[in-house]
Amino acid sequence: MKIHKHQVMTDKMMVKELEKVVVRFSGDSGDGMQLAGNIFSNVSATVGNDISTFPDYPADIRAPQGSLTGVSGFQVHIGANKVLTPGDACDVLVAMNPAALKTQYKFCKTSSVIIVDADSFQEKDLEKALFKTQDPFEELGIKNEVISAPISSMCKSSLAESGLDNKAALRCKNMFALGLVCWLFNRQIELAENMLREKFAKKPAIADANIKVLNDGYNYGHNTHANGAVTYTIESKEPKAKGLYMDINGNKATAYGLIAAAEKAGLQLYLGSYPITPATDVLHELAKHKSLGIKTVQCEDEIAGCASAIGASFAGALGVTSTSGPGICLKSEAMNLAVIAELPLVVLNVMRGGPSTGLPTKSEQTDLLQALYGRNGESPLVVIAATSPTNCFDSAYMAAKIAVEHMTPVVLLTDAFIANGAAAWKLPKLADYAAITPHYVTPDMEGTWTPFQRDPETLVRYWATPGTKGFSHRVGGLEKCNKTGSISTEPANHSLMTNLRQAKIDKIADSLPLLEVEGAEDADLLVVGWGSTYGHLCSAVEELNQAGKKAALAHFQYINPLPKNTEEVLRKYKKIVVAEQNLGQFAAYLRGKFNGLAVSQYNEVKGQPFQTHELVEAFTKIMEK
Amino acid sequence: MSEYTANNYKIGQARWCPGCGDHFFLASLHKAMAVLGTAPDDIAVISGIGCSSRLPYYMNTYGMHTIHGRAAAIATGVKVARPELAVWQVSGDGDGLAIGGNHFIHALRRNINLNMILLNNRIYGLTKGQYSPTSDRGFVSKSSPYGTVEDPFHPAELAFGARGHFFARCVATDASSTVDVLVAGAKHKGASVMEVLQNCVIFNDGTYDSVYTKEGRAKNAIYLEHGKPMIFGVNKEKGLMQEGFGLKVVTLGENGITEKDILVHDAHCEDNTLHLKLALMEGPDFPIALGVIRDVDAISYDEAVEAQIEDVKNKKKYHTFEELLLTNETWEVK
Repeated sequence: MKIHKHQVMTDKMMVKELEKVVVRFSGDSGDGMQLAGNIFSNVSATVGNDISTFPDYPADIRAPQGSLTGVSGFQVHIGANKVLTPGDACDVLVAMNPAALKTQYKFCKTSSVIIVDADSFQEKDLEKALFKTQDPFEELGIKNEVISAPISSMCKSSLAESGLDNKAALRCKNMFALGLVCWLFNRQIELAENMLREKFAKKPAIADANIKVLNDGYNYGHNTHANGAVTYTIESKEPKAKGLYMDINGNKATAYGLIAAAEKAGLQLYLGSYPITPATDVLHELAKHKSLGIKTVQCEDEIAGCASAIGASFAGALGVTSTSGPGICLKSEAMNLAVIAELPLVVLNVMRGGPSTGLPTKSEQTDLLQALYGRNGESPLVVIAATSPTNCFDSAYMAAKIAVEHMTPVVLLTDAFIANGAAAWKLPKLADYAAITPHYVTPDMEGTWTPFQRDPETLVRYWATPGTKGFSHRVGGLEKCNKTGSISTEPANHSLMTNLRQAKIDKIADSLPLLEVEGAEDADLLVVGWGSTYGHLCSAVEELNQAGKKAALAHFQYINPLPKNTEEVLRKYKKIVVAEQNLGQFAAYLRGKFNGLAVSQYNEVKGQPFQTHELVEAFTKIMEK
Repeated sequence: MSEYTANNYKIGQARWCPGCGDHFFLASLHKAMAVLGTAPDDIAVISGIGCSSRLPYYMNTYGMHTIHGRAAAIATGVKVARPELAVWQVSGDGDGLAIGGNHFIHALRRNINLNMILLNNRIYGLTKGQYSPTSDRGFVSKSSPYGTVEDPFHPAELAFGARGHFFARCVATDASSTVDVLVAGAKHKGASVMEVLQNCVIFNDGTYDSVYTKEGRAKNAIYLEHGKPMIFGVNKEKGLMQEGFGLKVVTLGENGITEKDILVHDAHCEDNTLHLKLALMEGPDFPIALGVIRDVDAISYDEAVEAQIEDVKNKKKYHTFEELLLTNETWEVK
């Protein structure tokens, strides 16, 4: 076992400057790794580093303590310049127990430093993690530098005088690890202290205990020179735009985007939802903000979530429903009602691993074709895919804007990766965002108006909300006469209405931003992606270009309708690879749209984010073919 | 009297089969609307799928003919978003109790201020004659050629099981009682279930024969009125009394029984035990209960939602999106 010998050193420490670093905190579900990771990322963001984080937790709420299935991880990528992903492998792995070491070691590279709690590597701990020998490092073939610190016992002795019992004292051990990591990266410990004071504002004794252990961890690193004679620093290089920033994950950004859109549009926000991982946090977030007049109903099922949102939209609110995985199947029928009744509706699908219950806490892009086509009949609707945690805000805003301006359901696709992943976000000004103008009837229409009368330009019908005098009308799931709005089974009318509904969606492209290509102008390979993979694909394309290989990226946020210049852009390139976390759904969609378009595919369905280096390797091979 | 007449609420030509109970019910609904006097533009009528769910097309109000079983859920969204609207939900026995059973019980549990009409003809008509969740055991239909081997729901039992605060029953052909029930249901604050017994002339003709005519009802039904003794019969000669844990039918003047001994209806009683017993009465031994069986005050969901919003608005310091942003931990780049 290679453990660095603790030594009290008096010689000078060397501080190495790094461009970027990836730290992964891991431990038992109850070990507080998410908190430690969050504080470390926020401290780094506060000093101006760019951050991207990724919590990776198990589906079980509390698996047996110390077991392999109970390991919870939190990875943060910190950069002097822009960082687009949480990073492939980590530079530092904190493993609070043998199970964490065993399951998380795969995220290490040979140069990674591993920090472990020596006290939790006793015989019984090793048994719980199904180690066969007493030397887990040897057993896993670990040759990395290991800082083995007696975290639990130091934590206990640190708090011996605090009045906390052993159990409560041990809950602070995540702070010891955090302190050690803060020391290793020369982070200002005061910033972490402030965050702890705020978090435990109502429990000052707990705040004090956490802060004491945090400092002890930091001092332990300093006094023992735990990492030999080297610590690191990441100096911010790329100056950020001035202003206030916060750390935000995708689910919260989605909720904020909806709130912002409703306020901008002057509409009440209504969410009908049923709890489901990993979408539930959107319900939690919106439920908090009653002071903004937001109404959230936790419905009896997914169907009612969607159905009640349609009812709210019919009544004149911005109706939203949120779900994930199998939940979207249940909503399909109601979504189709919004399609034929031409009512605004935002359907948030935080995609997770499928089919069926699948991998509830893991991420995939496997619901694309369902979003596009998964309903009976010709059922066109708008599909938008958010490209990063912070882009969830803009995407949700646009989803709401399109829904109420074009009287259509909009499916907003995010996924577990960006929903839980976080990044630094500049607080937006609502004034900077495009106006949202619901497509209401106007008083001059009274008397001649019919429910399916359309704007001749956009083909959008007009929204007459109950209570508007002189505009009472009936809509529903039966086909309606284009002229009168009453029920019609007339063949020519059905054909007309089917085409009008499609044309209405197609015309939305007129108001969407054009597709932009990033990277080499005369690229030999165009990488195509959509949604949450933007960070990884962009990083991979950057790396290729840095290595002298000409690659470019066309990344899609708007899936249906596609940006107007999509075909023109794609036809320029000889080699195109569509990279996505499914078996080729977007590739199939593009082939279907653009006859003869030759695209190759890079597909991965592991429930985990892409690895940039794997993308680089795969794209290099395609370029060399 | 309100400024509206039944005609103000009428539109279109109903396309149900001639003689269908829906026609009778629709006429009573128009009349009830006129009695209530809510402006047609402030009313939303939401239905699901089935023969009876075509009803919104014949109401000159805002309306939505939605999807099978989901009327209560959609109506929930309408009412929560716009509590000032009068929201009527119309379903048949299949729509409300089979495919939409979950929404039915939860709308009641939440006590959303909806007027929930349950048009019960004990058959699936629009799909041409299959048994429904209210068809009796052994009922022969196209999908049960040898008779069903399952028991039906009693709508009242479901409603009370879901903690419903209002339950009334009427017969589609009995216009004045239907209007009374609809008006009472609409005036009740909270979820009010109004079960309408109606005939399907094509697929289940005669299902409510015992109470479908005035003479039949005189013999086989009892009109319940709050505060009035439960007396019925062609010559008002019969009454209901409590016996042990149950009810019994007695004849006035026999065994020294006078009107004073007869049970007096208390629709406002919190305890629903007797309400359920009344609702479950059936022939030939008992009369079928009509009128308002249960009508108990309680806070409605939509009202509570508004109250909570007001309360939180007063307590929290942020009321706009940009104020909300500043409640987060932030740092400044200068």
